[in-house]
Amino acid sequence: MSNSIPGNPVGEGQLERKDEQGEERGLSQGIVVPEHGAGPGVDPWAGEMVFELRDVTVSYGGQPAVKDVSMDIPRNEITALIGPSGCGKSTLLRCLNRMNDLIPSAEVEGEIDYHGQDLYGPKVDPVQVRKMIGMVFQKPNPFPKSIFDNIAFGPRVLGLGDVDDRVQAALKGAALWDEVKDRLDDNAYGMSGGQQQRLCIARTMAVDPEVILMDEPCSALDPISTGKIEDLMLELKENFSIVIVTHNMQQAARVSDKTAFLIVRLDAAETARWGELVEYDVTERIFTNPADSRTEDYVTGKVG
Amino acid sequence: MASLSGQPGSGRVRFATDGARAVTAEMLSEQPRRDLVKGTIFFALLLLALTVALVGLAAIIIQAAVNGAPAISPTLFTNGPSTINPSEAGFRPALIGTIYLILGVIVLVVPLGVGAAVYLEEYGDREKWWNRTIELNVQNLAGVPSIIYGILGLAFIVRGPLDLGFILAAGSLTLALLVLPTVILAAREAIRAVPPSIREGSLALGATQWQTIRRQVLPAAIPGVVTGVILAISRAIGETAPLLLVGAATFVTFNPTFLGDNGYSALPVLIFNYASRPQDEFRVLASAGVVVMLVVLLAMNSFAIWLRNRYEQQW
Repeated sequence: MSNSIPGNPVGEGQLERKDEQGEERGLSQGIVVPEHGAGPGVDPWAGEMVFELRDVTVSYGGQPAVKDVSMDIPRNEITALIGPSGCGKSTLLRCLNRMNDLIPSAEVEGEIDYHGQDLYGPKVDPVQVRKMIGMVFQKPNPFPKSIFDNIAFGPRVLGLGDVDDRVQAALKGAALWDEVKDRLDDNAYGMSGGQQQRLCIARTMAVDPEVILMDEPCSALDPISTGKIEDLMLELKENFSIVIVTHNMQQAARVSDKTAFLIVRLDAAETARWGELVEYDVTERIFTNPADSRTEDYVTGKVG
Repeated sequence: MASLSGQPGSGRVRFATDGARAVTAEMLSEQPRRDLVKGTIFFALLLLALTVALVGLAAIIIQAAVNGAPAISPTLFTNGPSTINPSEAGFRPALIGTIYLILGVIVLVVPLGVGAAVYLEEYGDREKWWNRTIELNVQNLAGVPSIIYGILGLAFIVRGPLDLGFILAAGSLTLALLVLPTVILAAREAIRAVPPSIREGSLALGATQWQTIRRQVLPAAIPGVVTGVILAISRAIGETAPLLLVGAATFVTFNPTFLGDNGYSALPVLIFNYASRPQDEFRVLASAGVVVMLVVLLAMNSFAIWLRNRYEQQW
């Protein structure tokens, strides 16, 4: 794989990557969506859903940040949220594992169902929610501890057994084991940015969540590290459902099965702004034949 | 450039290049004289400020060492005070008293100070008026004169509700109250310096808020907390006024205990006693006492700095 050799310029040019089979993805000729998911003739919406969002509005201190979002997020697939800055895609993502609870002024209306259970129901404990729905952040945020302890922290606090085995399995799962197996006791801050981010993914995997939310996981990384994380995501969807927020449209096209496009709306007086879901569909259709002209303008680079 | 006149190196281009170079050389050559003078004066003032601080400190240390030199010997640490035989007199009971006092202060002030700081930083909602009131008062308390704490200790710890009597533990409690605001403020700074992304990472794994604080935030805040404790100890070790009010006798010839009610002393109190005697021998002893106190302070601070460096963290 040409893009995994450190110090080598990426593939044959900035916008091109070769995948494992050597198949060209000529992104310079427009965005090409690789074939993945159910395949032709199968209803892409027939599978099981993890999340069902109904008229979700999230507000900060009474000001809505994103309004009236309804969408179903399928299991064992990668769902991408794209859109311009300020469209509320990160806000929406952080509602899915109740990380927004940490902001006192945040308020969620509507219903977010996780396997039919209302995530914001009165009996739901956000800590339990986060055990099942993990999150990877924009900036790699390893703990100031050794590589081993970074992964072991989750299993230890959750009281899961076999910490050693879990650490090894998680590092292997995140394709990091070969790089770090000889220095598990070193501080995680000595790793490169890309390694740190894969460590954070491994850390999330170590507690066996069902869903992994990723908030622009590659925005702080170089193209080589980004490529590794994208390859990793495609492997991970065998076992996890992934929701990813990204600014990088090529990335959404490369990895995701479904894509949601959000935009920023302004009120008439231009004082309030909020995000709205424009279109949510199979990734291929969003990038090749979108139903809404605003989606087309965005994915072809005319606006945004 | 070449396209301007058609041929590189032609007369016009060469003139333009020479002109630009001359102007650039002029601009880079020298600072205006006024800027240079101002810069030098400012730098000199900075050096002066540093020198005044260092000279003051050096003067105290040198004077104490020179004046106390005749009395400095191991017996200073092993012998008790004596009014009859100043050449044999030492600081042992006061030294032990001071060490006990400081140990008591550490034991009290670390859990209380860190606990208060964790509440204010991690749990307290800053929108609420009572939390803002607590914050404001902690800051104000850090500046209250120590004699006021002495009176407080006398009224509420020695007498009053606690009614401990004039024992060493009462002295520890009073000093702990005195330095508690310093420790709270330092611990808050240390906790605030832990990036929010660490907390988010921990919570996103399904850890509870308490697990996050206990296993991520507090370990990362240790160096800052230790720094606060160093400052607190350094202040507590030199305090005399509040101790006089809560029972530190000036002259104790036996080793004190935490709860024993037959009196205790502390280094600054004994130094004060020696220094106020008319005989020259006792003046020498007082200077030697200052050296002893500096040694104790230095030893405690070195230990704390070693501890801090061990846990030092890079983000």
